[in-house]
Amino acid sequence: MVTGIRARMAGRGAAYLVLALGAVVFLLPFAWMVSTSLKSNAGALQYPPRFLPDGYHWGSFAAAWQALPFGTFLMNSVVITVLSVAGSVAFSTVSAYAFARLRARWRTAMFALLLGTMMIPGEIIIVPDFILFNHLRLVNTIWPIVWPYWFGNAFFVFLLRQFMLTIPRELDEAAHIDGAGHLRILFRVIVPQMKPAIATVTVFAFVGSWNNFIYPLIYLRDQSKYTMSLGLQLFASAQYITRYNQMMAIGLLMLAPVVVVFLIAQRSFVRGITLTGLGGR
Amino acid sequence: MGRSQREARWFYLLSTPWAIGFLVFGGGPIVASAVISLTNWPLLSSPHWVGLANYRQLLHDSTFWTALWNTLYFGAGSVALTLVCTFGLALLLNLNVRGLWFFRLVFYLPTVTSGIATALLWQLILNPDYGLLDRVLSLAGIPGPGWLASQDWAIPGLIIMSVWGAGNTTIIYLAGLQGVPRTLHDAAAVDGAGWRARFCHVTLPMMSPVIFFNTVTGFIGSLQAYALILIMTNGGPGNATMVLGLYVYREAFQYFNLGYASALAWVLLMLIVVITAVQFLIGRRVVHTEAARGGA
Repeated sequence: MVTGIRARMAGRGAAYLVLALGAVVFLLPFAWMVSTSLKSNAGALQYPPRFLPDGYHWGSFAAAWQALPFGTFLMNSVVITVLSVAGSVAFSTVSAYAFARLRARWRTAMFALLLGTMMIPGEIIIVPDFILFNHLRLVNTIWPIVWPYWFGNAFFVFLLRQFMLTIPRELDEAAHIDGAGHLRILFRVIVPQMKPAIATVTVFAFVGSWNNFIYPLIYLRDQSKYTMSLGLQLFASAQYITRYNQMMAIGLLMLAPVVVVFLIAQRSFVRGITLTGLGGR
Repeated sequence: MGRSQREARWFYLLSTPWAIGFLVFGGGPIVASAVISLTNWPLLSSPHWVGLANYRQLLHDSTFWTALWNTLYFGAGSVALTLVCTFGLALLLNLNVRGLWFFRLVFYLPTVTSGIATALLWQLILNPDYGLLDRVLSLAGIPGPGWLASQDWAIPGLIIMSVWGAGNTTIIYLAGLQGVPRTLHDAAAVDGAGWRARFCHVTLPMMSPVIFFNTVTGFIGSLQAYALILIMTNGGPGNATMVLGLYVYREAFQYFNLGYASALAWVLLMLIVVITAVQFLIGRRVVHTEAARGGA
């Protein structure tokens, strides 16, 4: 008996040890990023590299920020992200309501198409859409970047639909008997109960849109329209290539909003992953 | 007009945003891409019908074969290493550890920060001269392979990075493990099953649908990953990290061969479909379907 308990305790200890080691491995890249951003120009290029910075050189943040018009890039990113998030939440909720609550002849077939589009590689879509938006003279505008979030996100529609299916129908039936139309039922009855799922879509759309790189790269031409992603890419290529400290400083500034949102809303992330990840389980 | 008819009208009205999306950003582009792949279409001029010439050209294009191999290598390596690491972490997290929220946060953080900032970070970590990974290895007395500068080690380096960014699979495994009824474990323990037997005969069968799900979606994701590779290596050194997605991007937006790029994209789509289908065929034998509880 005693040996059993002792073995169990040893087992638990080993588990904590491995987990702690895992946590260190996962956090080490971030620690390295912070450390590098604080190094001096010379310290960042020291060979062999050192783990700790050679002092606290906060100046690399300001120097990097001023090397390119990052204020403009930040504004552009904010505009694109706000539009993308607002549109994807609004339109996905409306479509999800249709798929969750309204019966129609083609609903099953359309839902199958919706599921099918979730596995289409983006590589198939970028060329025809580039031709289309080039034709519509929308290259070098934000719309080809924003619209896929408004209309194109099958994943969000699916996630919201799955959540709506868990909401009992009694309340919408009651509202219907009281004479409420579908829009009223959706916004007055369903949406108030959907807050967790809507929060999940909001944070996913925020992170996806903020980190988006390929679409801005394809569509934005003028430097004055660049997003943070493109600004960082511009900084990393060309003349600033060896200023690792400044590169990491800008990278940290770009990560900051995502990390803050993640810390505030981590439950929403976990819920979203498990809700769609486990499907029917 | 009856209630069901009105309901159907509302369905089509409210599903319009998705339907527009399907036509412009989903199904429509697939059809368009198939047609474009049968043309020679340099951007800025008009397309020429060439039939299957783009596909015939693929067969003699050594870059294509390299990209195909690299795509499979990266995909399989990333899925396999992710499976082992994340399932292992989830098993440990399922031991009722304290500070679960902290570990979940740490393991998931790299997934949300995935983008150009972390790509540049890993470019630095995998740098042969100033890199963290070689530095850590040298502390253990192992000479670092130089990672992104090496033809042989660039893809393994990218695979390591992909595992770092795959925290969402850990969370899915953990949620799955938490759904395995304790009573099954207890019953097996009463019957004298040790932890190894319980793992093989209780945990694995019960978890097989979740493992299957993560493997299928993991392949779908990793076969089309190229944004980070574009930033970090742009396919180099040589063509050592050229993957199909990157080749599509390069043909389309650097060489402006829209027809050839579309043919490449179609090969990628077919690759994903075939690999997914093969997994479903294998899955039907291996996945423990009685474990699929509850409704759809």
